[in-house]
Amino acid sequence: MKNIWRIFKKEFGGYLNSPSTYIFLIIFLILGSCMLLYVSTFFRSGAARLDGFFVYIPWLFLFLVPAIAMRVWAEEKKTGTEELLMTLPVRDYEVVIGKYLGALALLILALALTFPIPWMVSHFADERTPLDWGPVACAYLGSLLLGATILAIGTWASSLTENQIIAFILGCAISFALILVGFPRVAELVPFGLGDYVAALSPYRHFVNIYRGVLDLADIVYYLSAIVFFLFLNIRSVESRKWA
Amino acid sequence: MIQVDNITKNYGRTRALRGVSFTINKGEIVGFLGPNGAGKTTTMKILTCYMPADTGTATVAGFDVFDNPLEVRKRIGYLAEGAPLYHDMPVVDFLKFVGQMRNIPSGRLRQRIGEVVLMTGLQKAVGKNIGELSKGYRQRVGLAQALLHEPDILILDEPTSGLDPNQIKEIRDLIREIGREKTVILSTHILPEVTATCDRAIIISDGRVVASGTPQELMNRGTGQSSVVVQVRGPKPEVESALAAISGVTAVESLESVNGAARFRVSAGQTKDLPEQVFKTVVAKNWVLTELRSEGATLEDVFAELTK
Repeated sequence: MKNIWRIFKKEFGGYLNSPSTYIFLIIFLILGSCMLLYVSTFFRSGAARLDGFFVYIPWLFLFLVPAIAMRVWAEEKKTGTEELLMTLPVRDYEVVIGKYLGALALLILALALTFPIPWMVSHFADERTPLDWGPVACAYLGSLLLGATILAIGTWASSLTENQIIAFILGCAISFALILVGFPRVAELVPFGLGDYVAALSPYRHFVNIYRGVLDLADIVYYLSAIVFFLFLNIRSVESRKWA
Repeated sequence: MIQVDNITKNYGRTRALRGVSFTINKGEIVGFLGPNGAGKTTTMKILTCYMPADTGTATVAGFDVFDNPLEVRKRIGYLAEGAPLYHDMPVVDFLKFVGQMRNIPSGRLRQRIGEVVLMTGLQKAVGKNIGELSKGYRQRVGLAQALLHEPDILILDEPTSGLDPNQIKEIRDLIREIGREKTVILSTHILPEVTATCDRAIIISDGRVVASGTPQELMNRGTGQSSVVVQVRGPKPEVESALAAISGVTAVESLESVNGAARFRVSAGQTKDLPEQVFKTVVAKNWVLTELRSEGATLEDVFAELTK
């Protein structure tokens, strides 16, 4: 437990010391605001709603989250520090979890920094149609769970290679495929009538449920299991140095 | 302290280790010697529990590397090949991180960081980012990191590679000093390093231990030939035949003459008293002996012979 916390601190500290983190945060905030204000129907709808922001979250996360995740393992492999780290008295899973949580903290920070958006919408909303905070809270939770899942995919991808670009592309591609099968049009293409089952595996499908304001335990359990599954793959991949 | 029993390791089809066994006692400084790709680094990775061997067993301080990796790692300070470090971290933060991971209480850790910084001569570098440091300084940071928790065993993979002669001397002196109390294994393909720092050398070639012993013992295992270089002021042909007549002499090689004196390399089989015989011969003839130097087999010769 202590080791997980120490690794977490080092990882999160590493993000805060790196200029690329701030570029990431700025891009995320600018793109998020642009999506709401220019791409969505926010102004035309005349209602204090944030659907126009959250509906684009999966697409933003699709690129931005693998960008956070890509360095997590690939950099250690490239510079050889993996050997330094893994010969300290730690267990492999402690390192995997600590590193994941460090990146997750950055994701949480990014989401927290979007808070001025709902605050302003609420502030300037018509008194007769105020912002409903319930769905907003739900949508934040959904975004966090979706992002955490993509992050687990991305860190696993990062553990497969020492090349950060490959890690990034791999993370994007796997996440994109999983999001895509959540669309009914795509799910229909799956043969043998398995479409519904495949779609149920899509993080996008569960995100849509939550951001519509339906908080179902099944969706939360889905995300947690997906995260655990990819972290498990990550641990196996880190252990694989021992079998090779 | 360290007991390695018939370990093997394959990387795919490459056979990195083909049955390596050795024992290292407490307080020894042992040099792993071998050409590149001989299996030195692989052996070290197995001892530090980075990866397990395919077959065979290894125990460090009484703990099996496979069954008890955490206990083994606690007792080892490891400098991996090329001193991999986190380049975006300041030296002091890095040492703090390693110390915390090694469970050193924070008060003690502050004191230890001061001590290892002094030991490795890092005073000027502590505040800098590791990435800004020169190769020699990075190597010292790697060493400082390995010493932090006062391990009983130090495993150093090519500790002096890439350093300038002054730095090499400093690091060697440091290793000698550390080795007074601790068990040290270092790998190298620089032969003088072994003679300069190690109590014992283990020569590894092609995944096998081909020789082990003190540098002196290894040198004696050389070709079995001893030779002396003699410089004599006297008639050259007569001197040559007189030297050749000494019992046990197998060859007399004429060398370039200096200042009118004749020089020869006289080789013999296992004749211990060859220099003495040469001296007596020359004096008996009333010639003047201006140089008499014994030439043993060098570690280079032995190394070349064994790792062919």
